[in-house]
Amino acid sequence: MKVEEIDVDEQIGEVGQILSEAEKKKGILIHVLQKIQEDNGYLPGDVLSNLSKKLYFPLSEIYSVASFYKQFHFKPRGKKIVKICMGTACYVRGAKEILNTVEERFNVKAGETTEDLAVTLETVGCIGCCGLAPVATVNDEVKGEISSKKLDRLIKFIKEE
Amino acid sequence: MSGDNIKIKICMGPGGIAAGGNDVIEAFKGQLTNQRINASFGEQCSLHQVGCRGLCAKDVLVEIIIDGKETIYENINPEKVPRIVKEHILGDNPVKEWIAGEDYDNFKKKQIKVVLSHCGEIDPEDMNAYIEAGGYKAAHKALTSMSPSEIVETVKTSNLRGRGGAGFPTGLKWELGLRIKSDVKYVICNGDEGDPGAFMDRSVMEGDPHSVIEGMIICAKATESHKGYIYVRAEYPLAVKRLQQAIDQCLQKGYLGKNIFDTGFDFDIRIFQGAGAFVCGEATALMRSIEGKRGMPTPKLWRSAEKGLWEKPTVLNNVETFANIPKIILNGGDWFRNLGTERSGGTKVFSLTGNIKNSGLIEVPLGISLREIIYDIGGGIEGGRSLKAVQTGGPSGGCIPAALLDIEVDYESLAKVGSIMGSGGMVVLDETNCMVNTAKFFLEFTQAESCGKCTPCRIGTKRMLEILERITNGNGKEGDIELLEDLGSHIRATSLCGLGMTAPNPVLSTIRYFRDEYEAHIKDRKCPALVCRNLITYSIIEEECTGCGACKRACPVDSIRGVRKKPHKIDPELCVKCGTCFDVCKFKAILKA
Ligand SMILES: Cc1cc2nc3c(=O)[nH]c(=O)nc-3n(C[C@H](O)[C@H](O)[C@H](O)COP(=O)(O)O)c2cc1C
Ligand code: FES
Repeated sequence: MKVEEIDVDEQIGEVGQILSEAEKKKGILIHVLQKIQEDNGYLPGDVLSNLSKKLYFPLSEIYSVASFYKQFHFKPRGKKIVKICMGTACYVRGAKEILNTVEERFNVKAGETTEDLAVTLETVGCIGCCGLAPVATVNDEVKGEISSKKLDRLIKFIKEE
Repeated sequence: MSGDNIKIKICMGPGGIAAGGNDVIEAFKGQLTNQRINASFGEQCSLHQVGCRGLCAKDVLVEIIIDGKETIYENINPEKVPRIVKEHILGDNPVKEWIAGEDYDNFKKKQIKVVLSHCGEIDPEDMNAYIEAGGYKAAHKALTSMSPSEIVETVKTSNLRGRGGAGFPTGLKWELGLRIKSDVKYVICNGDEGDPGAFMDRSVMEGDPHSVIEGMIICAKATESHKGYIYVRAEYPLAVKRLQQAIDQCLQKGYLGKNIFDTGFDFDIRIFQGAGAFVCGEATALMRSIEGKRGMPTPKLWRSAEKGLWEKPTVLNNVETFANIPKIILNGGDWFRNLGTERSGGTKVFSLTGNIKNSGLIEVPLGISLREIIYDIGGGIEGGRSLKAVQTGGPSGGCIPAALLDIEVDYESLAKVGSIMGSGGMVVLDETNCMVNTAKFFLEFTQAESCGKCTPCRIGTKRMLEILERITNGNGKEGDIELLEDLGSHIRATSLCGLGMTAPNPVLSTIRYFRDEYEAHIKDRKCPALVCRNLITYSIIEEECTGCGACKRACPVDSIRGVRKKPHKIDPELCVKCGTCFDVCKFKAILKA
């Protein structure tokens, strides 16, 4: 999505009719941020500055909204995004151990990206596969029942190109 | 090869997909073309992806129906497919050893499927399948032959209470929504499902998206609204896809949009994708989030029914609440009411997880006992261990001890024992769980998710967490339990929204039932369940040690001393309590205490 070409009325759709200009711009903000992130993998600072100019919106306010939500990132992310589920069901079945092991093997802490941008490690609260706990996802592909044996397989899978 | 009408249904709920459902479908596709089944049966042999069937622990589940005769296979992987095709489909001789056994039958026995009646039966991406199963009859009935107040009355009669957590009577909410006059009104479906350990709403949105849409259409008619939103959690991309597909299908067919069913009634639905914040599940925070703001709750000076989204009257309900509506309209309010208890009608979907044998998605009539859920449906505890507690309601709920297993599951009885019904997470905890640590786990979650707007929640939960941390680290002080209770009751009373008001629940309920565990941590510096690392010690039982040296080689910090064939010793000063020695010792000579 090109920030310069955003059409506020088109994005907001029919509800726009009952909203003020300012409300409309606010109303599309999260959606636009999601699109920017989809294109870039994160929210680059220069794009956000452009967005601020385009929408006539203080940059601080854009950051205020974006930083509230966990989904948005301000730094480039790794090629493999590994999310270890720390939801209740997974926690009860040993998710902490899995997190520790993965942290050790890739020398990266949860929430960080390796220097070579290969792996980003994160934790999530329940991805809805509790029946298969403990669970992790690698680039949105779900890996379930990661007992110690499957953990090695998971690590191998993360290392694969 | 007697049958000429063959249906193969493959479970593609969250569990099914994670267990490799896609590969199984591909394997069937491959086999079917190989075996020239298409050539001989043509359209008569069909492959369907279906939503969650519940018993996720045995995924991938595959059902084969030949001339109406149903067979269910469990734990199917691509390697098993050729044999099933050859022996069962071509040879009419089911593969006995893979057929779902006793667990599956018991799992189903005490369940009543209302919300989940289509889940696992129909292809969620196929609108015709939904219509063939009776779908959109209720919407048609509501739009063509019922007045808004008749719909409201039916829902009131049904005794349906909101399934999002608080249990507010849905009929009353709609009545208020109808009474308030405005040219613009909104209907919002809350699909944020943030409770860690719950996946009911996800299964419904992915497994039966049309039922949610139909429920919303009926609500729109009842409250005279023409605009709807579905707020879906960021982590559920498949739900977004399926819902959008369903909306597009409806628009094409004229079930959404202008002049629905030629009745002159207009209704549109838009999907709003959340961006990852637990607090956005709270109704007012959710509306702020749709407005493009930080998702922070606002004090309820007005009911949302009067001033909700963009200050317009808004009716907001949970996914499961909406999914119940079509059935209520079709079968009548009394039918639904009679399924439940006196004060709460119908059934409730739970995600049954944790240390339980048959984890999965279940739907039971309200009023069933916890014991029936855990032992009859869930098959009891894994690995022959004993049950310690059941956690319901997620981070807003509490832990119910094994001694209270005979209570009825409904809103009131769960509240009475210090927990809540919540949205339907049910996590089973066995004896290996430390309750202080469990409480800490939930508080870590709520503390991190606190939006920070109000002080009791932002600072109070932080202080409580610090106390729990020092208790589990072995630095608990005399008076800490009382301090937790005191803080908890204040946070409960003074927080702005439900997140803060309920955050102390896991701590308070574990103190109530497992005070001795807290005391053991503080006074004896012991963790009875042997979970809290700093409170465990490892030592070697001399009589059992053969001096093989396995532990010595494995110890990452060289804390084990000893010569071959002689009993070894662990230096407690050096030991980091990683437990490696315990895991590698073949002679059970390591004592964990
Ligand atoms: C912190 C917090 C999180 C919530 N999360 C959800 C949620 O994920 N899904 C939901 O339906 N309701 C959630 N609720 C409850 C909603 O505020 C609201 O009561 C509910 O969606 C109303 O729908 P119902 O009457 O159909 O239950 C949450 C409430 C709080 C305080
Ligand atoms: S708790 Fe991990 S998938 Fe639900």
